[in-house]
Amino acid sequence: MRIEVNGAAQDITGPTLADALAELGWTQARVATALNGDFIPKTARSQTRLKPGDRLEVLAPMQGG
Amino acid sequence: MRDFYGVTLANPLMLGTAQYPSPAVLEAAFRASGAAVATVSLRREAGQGQGFWQILKGLGVPLLPNTAGCHSAREAITTAQMARELFETNWIKLEVIGHADTLQPDPFGLLEATETLAADGFEVFPYTTEDQILAARLLDAGAKVLMPWGAPIGSGLGLNNRYGLRSLRAAFPDVPMVIDAGLGLPSHAADALEMGFDAVLLNTAVAQAGDPVAMARAFALAVQAGALARQADPMAPRDMAQPSTPVLGKAWL
Repeated sequence: MRIEVNGAAQDITGPTLADALAELGWTQARVATALNGDFIPKTARSQTRLKPGDRLEVLAPMQGG
Repeated sequence: MRDFYGVTLANPLMLGTAQYPSPAVLEAAFRASGAAVATVSLRREAGQGQGFWQILKGLGVPLLPNTAGCHSAREAITTAQMARELFETNWIKLEVIGHADTLQPDPFGLLEATETLAADGFEVFPYTTEDQILAARLLDAGAKVLMPWGAPIGSGLGLNNRYGLRSLRAAFPDVPMVIDAGLGLPSHAADALEMGFDAVLLNTAVAQAGDPVAMARAFALAVQAGALARQADPMAPRDMAQPSTPVLGKAWL
């Protein structure tokens, strides 16, 4: 299915958010996720099912003031 | 020194981690500053976040994640929730920006987000103005720290409204307050501490200086001087001159 990951279209197969992160190579990465504007805790990723058109944000630590 | 949600800082300097010429300069400047807190943010993972996390761990100080760039309460709340998981802290420097040019806080969105986050167990550091009514509302909403601006973010103008800031400090004598944003020079930081603020938070003034490491050291000395001066109970200014040398005993010439 096609979803949006960090603003760019991505085709992914896995039905869950955890599967999508694995496909994208972020399983081990220190990242936080939001789906369609709502925070999805790490513990809920494997129960969160994706659907076409979903907007996934994957954020990492970054410099800030 | 007042504590911040139960944490007593070793010194009253909080330093941002953005805009340095290189990661090596960031680390060197941070050490030179002796800063007790590092501010950080979250952005889309593009391959650099994991290395930056290692640098942060090496700094060895509490992290204060921000919600920079959020223009609505909803955005700021989601960002705060993500920051809590990512940085493993309940601290959040809550920014709800009202205008892209001035980067001034949106007081209404800020209050809404503070209420929601405080109720959810966050320890909120709201980036606010010197407005006393807003300050009272934020405290009612559950904030136990305030972060009034000195001047617009990145402007380097120092304490733009000294009357307003002095009044705010006097109105809430027991509330820990950090002057956040707008400081450009070490003298601005000393000024804030002399006025009774508990700490200062800055980034651009150090990161964008010609020599960030030297400037970091200068700020370290300035906050030390300012805090010491505050403890020493400064004299009250007056409008008229008053001789410091005794008049009594002056020769009749």
